[in-house]
Amino acid sequence: MNPSTGKLLGWILGTAFAIGFVAVMGQLAIGPAAQSMAHAAATPAGLPDVLFYVIAGVTIAGAAGVALSHNILYSAIGLLMALLGAGSLYVFLAADFLAVAQLLIYIGGVLVLVLFAVMLTNRITEITVSNASLGLWGGLMLFVAVAPVLLAVALVTPWAAITPAATPAYTTETIGDSLLTRWLLPFEIASMVLLATLVGAVSIARKEIKAD
Amino acid sequence: MQISLSHFLIVGALLFCFGLVTVTTRRNAVGVLMGVELILNGANVNFAAFSHYVVGGVSGQVFALFVIVLAAAEAAVGLAIVLALFQTFKTIDVRYADLMRE
Repeated sequence: MNPSTGKLLGWILGTAFAIGFVAVMGQLAIGPAAQSMAHAAATPAGLPDVLFYVIAGVTIAGAAGVALSHNILYSAIGLLMALLGAGSLYVFLAADFLAVAQLLIYIGGVLVLVLFAVMLTNRITEITVSNASLGLWGGLMLFVAVAPVLLAVALVTPWAAITPAATPAYTTETIGDSLLTRWLLPFEIASMVLLATLVGAVSIARKEIKAD
Repeated sequence: MQISLSHFLIVGALLFCFGLVTVTTRRNAVGVLMGVELILNGANVNFAAFSHYVVGGVSGQVFALFVIVLAAAEAAVGLAIVLALFQTFKTIDVRYADLMRE
């Protein structure tokens, strides 16, 4: 009886704290942001803006699917949506090489690897093996504790934004030049890391060959 | 409203938060790795947004490329560990990987 009432009290205190935290953060974030938005002129929504909202919505929906889905395959499809959306957002930021690298490496490599692992380790009869362990409320409280802080920082801080004209139009040549001049040491170290990863992954995952 | 830096930072922050919730509440080990990928993508969106709106040039994009490379490497090693876990315990529920606990 005692442990369960203690747990219940802990949950109630945690929820009250989380709600108070969100209220304080909301005041901090929405106050100045509402004032600055009232001062900004309402520009008409062009096609890039609508497209940004659609792509951002797909990305966040995919991320929510990864976090909240009960089926691990639905989570993998949600991860695909989130990675695709992030790659599309890079195009908005004049990062064309980064967008294509995201498609090739993340979706074409990492996501396929994740799907391999899901298919190799999932028994066909048990599709509900990925239930959340803290439950919906634990995840919600964690989200409520972290998200307002980050959103407040994103909205309130006066970023020293420049007019976005200093980024070159085609970034591949610039990235290649900088990888061989300014970022040469991280480039070489990354190749060593990949070598170590290759050897390590193979040596961990192979089956033991029993010597008869 | 004009798309500005804050929009991209909000997307990055939400990706990070969903990835954090996935890492902490999933029982499936592959699900935990999916959450780690979400966190890294949130950071990458932030890097690219700051590179475009504040700094200029390609430094943020080069950093994001390194993050992608390292994320692929750790996904490979992590999934190799998950496969070894599956070979040992015949399950990938993270609650059962407790042989070092008394």
